[in-house]
Amino acid sequence: MGNWVANDGLSFIVILVWLGLNAFLFVHFYMVFLSDKWFYTRAILGHALSWARAPAACLNFNCMLILLPVCRNLLSFLRGSIQRCSRSAARQLDRNLTFHKLVAYMIALHTAIHIIAHLFNFERFMDAQRDSNNTLQYVLSQIGNKENQMFLNPIRTKDTNPTYVMFTTIAGLTGVVITLALILMITSSTEVIRRSYFEVFWFTHHLFVIFFIGLVIHGIGRIVRGQTSASLKENNPQTCEKYYLEWGKNGTFCAVPNFEGNPPGTWMWVVGPMFLYLCERLVRFIRSQQKVVITKVVMHPSKTLELQMRMKGFKMEVGQYVFMQCPSISQLEWHPFTLTSAPEEDHFSVHIRIVGDWTDALYKACGGDKNEVKEAWTLPKVAVDGPFGTASEDVFRYEVVMLVGAGIGVTPFASILKSVWYKYVHQNANVFTKKIYFYWLCPETQAFEWFADLLQSLEGQMMEKGLTDFLSYNIYLTRWKETEAAHFTVHHEAENDPITGLKQKTLYGKPNWSTEFNNIAAKHNGSKVGVFLCGPPALAKSLGKQCRTHSVSGVKFIFNKENF
Amino acid sequence: MGKIEWAMWANEQALASGLILLTGGIVGVAGQFRDWQFAAYGVAAGVFVCLLEYPRGRRAKGTSVERTGQYCLTVCVKAFGPVTRNYYVRALLHAALCVPGAFMLPTVLGCVCLAIASLIYLLAAIRGEQWLPILPKPETAERPSESIREPPKNPPPRPPADQRRKRLEDVEGSSYVNPIPVTVNE
Repeated sequence: MGNWVANDGLSFIVILVWLGLNAFLFVHFYMVFLSDKWFYTRAILGHALSWARAPAACLNFNCMLILLPVCRNLLSFLRGSIQRCSRSAARQLDRNLTFHKLVAYMIALHTAIHIIAHLFNFERFMDAQRDSNNTLQYVLSQIGNKENQMFLNPIRTKDTNPTYVMFTTIAGLTGVVITLALILMITSSTEVIRRSYFEVFWFTHHLFVIFFIGLVIHGIGRIVRGQTSASLKENNPQTCEKYYLEWGKNGTFCAVPNFEGNPPGTWMWVVGPMFLYLCERLVRFIRSQQKVVITKVVMHPSKTLELQMRMKGFKMEVGQYVFMQCPSISQLEWHPFTLTSAPEEDHFSVHIRIVGDWTDALYKACGGDKNEVKEAWTLPKVAVDGPFGTASEDVFRYEVVMLVGAGIGVTPFASILKSVWYKYVHQNANVFTKKIYFYWLCPETQAFEWFADLLQSLEGQMMEKGLTDFLSYNIYLTRWKETEAAHFTVHHEAENDPITGLKQKTLYGKPNWSTEFNNIAAKHNGSKVGVFLCGPPALAKSLGKQCRTHSVSGVKFIFNKENF
Repeated sequence: MGKIEWAMWANEQALASGLILLTGGIVGVAGQFRDWQFAAYGVAAGVFVCLLEYPRGRRAKGTSVERTGQYCLTVCVKAFGPVTRNYYVRALLHAALCVPGAFMLPTVLGCVCLAIASLIYLLAAIRGEQWLPILPKPETAERPSESIREPPKNPPPRPPADQRRKRLEDVEGSSYVNPIPVTVNE
């Protein structure tokens, strides 16, 4: 039942490989520290040594990975190259944020294991120093007090405590600092904080700079110590362990063992991604310096602001998005917006819904709250980074397409529909896509206005060219007031819809997806249907399920979800 | 950043700190560390902080999202009235609770995290925020108004008689279908 492999197969394999590598690294490094070189270290620490080093290796691996999914320019470039080979591989790059979060959870988990193991290590090192004269641990801890001896126990005196030692070693201090940075990053990244107070999330997340600097410095102190290879020849732990009270004395064959610290290895893992991320920020900065001119500002009802802009060398594809910054509002904030114009137009536009601090400030800066016309030179300067590719680029690669937009989520599809109009009407290009089913779910009537204009002109053009079969659209009003309901009932039989003015009637409530999918499956047997959604996660879940259940023999529904 | 309610972030941070303090305390007690008494304190303080911080407060603006199963704790926390409502008290409480954690390594991290949470709560308190419980609104019973009890005294308003019937000339313009054919008005 259903074809889960077509939709999620590749994701599953990527996650499996990633988990496998984590498991391998954990077990491998656990075993490395069970060798003879660490015999005496383990005499004091026990298995807590391995329990600390194994997650450290996994942390190196995951910290290397975590920067990569957020290099959006790099990903955009990769996406372009991969798309020529495989469409489904390119789609994996849409899920970059999900992967970033998974890696973050893994980092948090390994950090916890690493810290707990080191708590035991510190305590055991301290106990060894405070021990009585006759134990192996005490003897080992005294090595390093005489000249020409290299110590094992980093705690060199018994007149101290683990907390003090932690704050006075490089490893301990950097450890505390980067763990704090990690905790602050995690608590400000919860869904509640991200959705309500994006700026807190964005600014706190920049603590990652401190995190990476601390991470690279963390091992410089070489606090993890094992026996040198030269010393292993003179003092074989397997045989010499029992004679620890006689090491180095005249007549014995066991010399006093010497120890050296492990060289820091983290930098080798993370220097590459750190460099790539630096390049990414540089690219963003360079792009932001390019001049962007606002050519038109339109205020739509339902608190929507449209900005039409031009920039030298700007090339876009359908359904892509850009990041916009307005230095007069905030130097550091970049916000993503979907492009609502078609590539064939001479400008590019975005429709911005006014929901928070930044959008409200932009609205005021563009003169939204005043009634008189604003001069062109008083409009705020903006910077644009992008465009970045998303799933919508793939729309024209499918023969049959279902587009589902909820509320403001319809914006990428505005771009697609406009592009469709240009291709068919102006260029008469041979378009691969033969049929588009468009669903728009909207909670309020005023939001229809700017999009309804677009649909009206499309409707008219298609009637002229006799292409009414190409696009079939369904608009669903999901919420209405009692007073409006009376109006709808009375004008039910009017030729044009009372809300949109379109020939196609508005439907009320939510669509019955099962019926819709069944109808489409019946009409287009034997083809791949691309399903594109821009909307809330609940809808994504239900559509994803429908795609899987209706992908029976003959027709395959491939689900593509947009997210920010 | 005008619209941010710092208490929301302080709450997340404090809940995380409680968990970290609790974990550190468990490690200290289970591993029988020296000064394990501080670890035992860490367990108790960690549990207390988690219980206090688990119920999320109601946001002043926008929709509030509850944590799963927080209703019982919301009622308990609400019962303490101004002590739990005021964020100055919480900031002070967390600052005081975190101090014993500094005496032992396993609880140090919990101590520092709780101190940071205390600072954010202080910021929230300075900006005048308060903890208000998220409780379901009591359903106001729909009481029928007085006029329903008595029969209406006046007939309902109607347009004048000559406009009540559909006019033959404009049958198409009307917006309902008449089951009986319309005849000319004689």
